[in-house]
Amino acid sequence: MKKKLISVLLCATMVFGVVTPVLAEDSGSYGEGQKIALVGKSAGNAFFEIAAASFVETAEAEGATVDIVYPEEATADAQIKVLDNLISQDYDAICLSANDTNALQAKLEEAMDAGIAVSSFDSAPNAASRQVFVNQAGTTAVAQALVDAVYDIAGGEGQWAILSATSQATNQNAWIDAMQEIIENDDTYADLELVEIAYGDDEAQKSTDQTEALLQNYPDLKVICAPTTVGIAAAAKYLQDNGSSCKLTGLGLPSEMEAYTGDDDEHSCPYFYLWDMEGLGELSAYATMALINGDITGALDETFTAGDLGEYTITEADDGGTEIVLGEPLEFTPENVSEYAELY
Amino acid sequence: MEKKSLWKKITGSREALLFVILILLFIVVTAFNSSFLTPNSLQNLLKNNAVTMVMSLGMLCVMLVGGIDISIMSTLALSGMAIGMLLKYDHVSGTVIPFIIALAIGAACGFVVGLVISRADVPPIIATMGFMYIYRAMGYLISNGGEWASATALGSFSDFATTKILGLNCVIWIIVICYVFFYWFMKWTRTGRKIYAVGSNPEAAEVSGINVKNIKLLVYTIMGILGGLGGALQVGIYASAMPDMQKGGEMDVIAACVIGGVSMSGGRGSVIGALLGSLILATIAKALPLIGIDSLAQNTFKGVLILVVIVVNVILQRAADKNALSRREM
Repeated sequence: MKKKLISVLLCATMVFGVVTPVLAEDSGSYGEGQKIALVGKSAGNAFFEIAAASFVETAEAEGATVDIVYPEEATADAQIKVLDNLISQDYDAICLSANDTNALQAKLEEAMDAGIAVSSFDSAPNAASRQVFVNQAGTTAVAQALVDAVYDIAGGEGQWAILSATSQATNQNAWIDAMQEIIENDDTYADLELVEIAYGDDEAQKSTDQTEALLQNYPDLKVICAPTTVGIAAAAKYLQDNGSSCKLTGLGLPSEMEAYTGDDDEHSCPYFYLWDMEGLGELSAYATMALINGDITGALDETFTAGDLGEYTITEADDGGTEIVLGEPLEFTPENVSEYAELY
Repeated sequence: MEKKSLWKKITGSREALLFVILILLFIVVTAFNSSFLTPNSLQNLLKNNAVTMVMSLGMLCVMLVGGIDISIMSTLALSGMAIGMLLKYDHVSGTVIPFIIALAIGAACGFVVGLVISRADVPPIIATMGFMYIYRAMGYLISNGGEWASATALGSFSDFATTKILGLNCVIWIIVICYVFFYWFMKWTRTGRKIYAVGSNPEAAEVSGINVKNIKLLVYTIMGILGGLGGALQVGIYASAMPDMQKGGEMDVIAACVIGGVSMSGGRGSVIGALLGSLILATIAKALPLIGIDSLAQNTFKGVLILVVIVVNVILQRAADKNALSRREM
């Protein structure tokens, strides 16, 4: 008898838990009284922390409280432990950067069944494990920006090469594939010749060796495109020190690239890109609060307003789930690089 | 007759053989790409491998006493990150003081490793595995959880890596000075000979009055100092300090020593061997992308080449030992 009573009580609490967030809607500020857990991949990623700080600032300004939780190490197992803990507490939402695409599915489904809103940014778990993913910049948008930069810096024609991280890096390969596709399908880029894709393993030493080999093998090389932060900095240093006529663009950290960014012959990098990590944190915060408030459920074509960022529409992601795309990657030029270098 | 004596000379000395291998490598790579053998390219080769080259000297000392140290790249990251952060937040400036700080941190790291190994008798691979995690994590801690110190933050510190004295880059001068010093130290100082004695036969060394524990403490401290130097060099050469720099690089240093004929069981090895070993490794690393080996296969090739060099070396060494024995009619 007692058991039955307890189970009824438990069920009641669970139902109540599901309903409460909806009841809390529109009480003054957008996130008033909401409790959000932000789960990172692991501690010690400066890049993630910029987005996290912006997430916390945005959510707290709207009246929500945010706890940032890091797993002990950057593995799915460690993240499952963290999620286990969070589900047993009274969080309204979990927003996470996943350490593994598929391994978290069971835990995250458990969380959603318990009425916790699940959003994700930076790195997505699979479509079934989340309500919505906030994507920094679509793969095609990044690839298009990079190809255009190469085209512009090379002056419309000539040899160029890619310096990537490792040959297994998923995001690197996605951008490289997209870049190759753009070049093949658009006659504008017909005079650009991609001579080699080199891999520097995200090590300064190896990236330098690879950069030097590219220059020695292709003396007419005009542009190197490095869509990786360690690679681009190592290549920039090498090109600048050796006064090479070959120029550089790609994805890099403003603080690392500040010394190499400039329009003149003294500098090796005219301009480069990276996504807006602050914007990503802010948009993720609004998306998460919108999920809790029930303004969106993560279904295709829903729209919501993300504060000053404006209106966003939920679109289909490459993995079959849904996502919200922040926008174009940020361009860092000699004019604005110092300003952003203070941030990241 | 003439030819035979030259052959004997080569097989008789491990260093001479390594030198021949290095020259062969140079010829092969130059045949593929003539720009390899230009002064600028060779200077870049040395500069880009400076860290491995100077740290091989420390690993030589450690391996001579039969030890091993896999915590060295964590020491490098900790000391490099420390000066990176000090420069970033304007606590120090210039070049000399950061170098001294890096060396001091490296010395302290190595001293602690040496204490644990020599006094607590912990096997070197276990002790240094522990310190590998400890020092690396400390590197992350002092970086405020993953911050980088960039070229701008380092200010004028990294200028030394682009300055030339007498036509040679300062980094290369540092390598030269280190090698000249260690050549003298290992060959002509009493302490240097004691390191060899401990490695060849610890009991005999103990009996003859050498304090084996202190020699072990010394070699790990030397390794630490060179790790600190490596940290300062790494930060200077690449104008960037990150807590995860050179992760896994300790294997390159150990490989350089092993290629150079330094025995894993102690007692055998030389400064010239370490030099040739690290040069061969550096040439291989630079050559693979240059001669157009597919990126994915490069590491496989590197591994195979290292093994080939070592096996050839060992076979010829055995032949030489046999010759020596038969001459003594044993």
